Amino acid sequence: MAIARTWKSHSVLPGFGLALGFTILYLSLIVLIPLSATFIKSAELSLGEFWAVVTAPRALASYRLSFGAAAIGALLNAGFGLLTAWILVRYTFPGKRLVDAFVDLPFALPTAVAGIALTAVYAPNGWLGQWLEPLGIKVAFTPLGVVVALTFIGLPFVVRTVQPVLEDLEAEIEEAAACLGANRWQTFARVLLPALWPALITGFALAFARAVGEYGSVVFIAGNMPMISEISPLLIITKLEQHEYAGATAIAVVMLVASFALLLVINSLQWWVSHRHGRKQ
Amino acid sequence: MLRNLLLATLLIPPLAYADGGKPILNVSYDVTREFFKEYNPKFVNYWQQKSGQTITINQSHGGSSKQARAVADGLEADVITMNQPGDIDILYQRGKLLPKDWQKRLPHASSPFTSTTVFLVRKGNPKKIKDWDDLAKPGVSVVIPNPKTSGNGKYSYLAAWGYAEKKYGGGDKARDFVTKLFRNVPVLDTGGRGATTTFVQRGIGDALLTFENEVQLIKNELGGSDFEVVYPSVSVLVEAPVAVVDKYADKHGTRATAQAYLEYLYSDEGQELAAKHYYRPRNEKVFAKYAAERFPDIALFSVDEVFGGWDKAQKIHFDNGGTFDQIYTK
Repeated sequence: MAIARTWKSHSVLPGFGLALGFTILYLSLIVLIPLSATFIKSAELSLGEFWAVVTAPRALASYRLSFGAAAIGALLNAGFGLLTAWILVRYTFPGKRLVDAFVDLPFALPTAVAGIALTAVYAPNGWLGQWLEPLGIKVAFTPLGVVVALTFIGLPFVVRTVQPVLEDLEAEIEEAAACLGANRWQTFARVLLPALWPALITGFALAFARAVGEYGSVVFIAGNMPMISEISPLLIITKLEQHEYAGATAIAVVMLVASFALLLVINSLQWWVSHRHGRKQ
Repeated sequence: MLRNLLLATLLIPPLAYADGGKPILNVSYDVTREFFKEYNPKFVNYWQQKSGQTITINQSHGGSSKQARAVADGLEADVITMNQPGDIDILYQRGKLLPKDWQKRLPHASSPFTSTTVFLVRKGNPKKIKDWDDLAKPGVSVVIPNPKTSGNGKYSYLAAWGYAEKKYGGGDKARDFVTKLFRNVPVLDTGGRGATTTFVQRGIGDALLTFENEVQLIKNELGGSDFEVVYPSVSVLVEAPVAVVDKYADKHGTRATAQAYLEYLYSDEGQELAAKHYYRPRNEKVFAKYAAERFPDIALFSVDEVFGGWDKAQKIHFDNGGTFDQIYTK
């Protein structure tokens, strides 16, 4: 009873019970029921069969590629997304609004279109590919192509999570730091970055999660070779097309659990960082 | 004129319904687009004259196994036109959408025309690719769609295997040959059309392995002078089966139309059109008429002859842990 009162006492508006009920119903319909169907379907396999499917060499290679390329893509986006957000918030230049709008394009573009466009550009006879090929850099149809595609689709996440936080940080704070004798690097590392960390980590987590599940754009540029450039979602589709539904969901369950664990780690990191920062203030 | 056209478009749908001409959906594989684009209006005309009904035909294309799965999962196709019987057997095995003996319902095991797997190489054939052996040589790059997801790729795989078995003997020797060949494949697209794009537009590979009709289409329509067609000494007979999907055709009340749609494929008009699109017609007269110009002589073996049927071929070669998987895991 006492606990219930403290829950409710935070809000001036009534309707907590109804709102919570609706939230749970909504989440169940949209998220929990489809996800539990995945687990139930994979339960058609015995434990031994399940293990054999999810630890097959091809499956292991595909996890490495999917999670590895997604992490690299998200890291690249964390760096360059921060830079982009910085430019968009701190400076005015002609065409700024246009650049701002460009950032969202990877959200809006159908992923298949993105995949075909990237492949056309990076193929050995494409605009960029023909210059990279003589240097011995192959992008399209290699794991590097997967990284390129996953970086592309993850770009907006970091920019859009960091941007509002940066807007709230007034330039006066930087000036104050300078007045107090901080050099430029100290201002960035000691004043700005701690405030930006939580947003940056959230952006990284979103970009990473999006990239792990990405299928549409990757299959065009990856080459899809088993053991080399085959992503886990493609392995799932391949299994479906061989009418192995239980095997497909087994791989899906592994991805689901791994993604959940990774997001949990990232979120606790974010909580820890913001908590530490909060205490310092 | 424009007004008449507008009026016509307004009037057609209600009339069609009044005549009971319901639309039918043909779910097909990846490289039949051009054929059915031309065949459908012909059939609509024919059916209008014969039954007085004006119908529309909707098409769906994609990698054959994916398409078959879509129908098995509930895409309500009235007819299905695939490139290997296994993808239609699935409809019986999962959900009994049609009877087990569906292949007996139309002539030639329900396949109105055939094709085969041949090579397309770049102009001047710089790598001197003449036969299957040349594809397995080091330094040669070959584009083949993924045998796991595409019937087209399965045929290429089996053609190479059949060749090796004839030349080097079966078992391990055939497997070694096919392994060497597939080690030369840089990209595994999920369907035949994707492989064409990779070879033609992206400039990947020294040779493309795909159906004769697709190869000729590329040669004739996509910058023909940049490519040359190579017929190997021997290849696989591609039988493209068709079937009415009984459950959905009955549900939609389109069985008569669907049946006629498939039977018309066997008519002289249908066979002529097939030949025009480089499918080898079953009708011997039509075949003879076009053979010299379009269908070079090539020794063909069927999947039944060499592999004892699709069921067996699927189990040994393409199921999990089969010979195809072993190429990549060993």
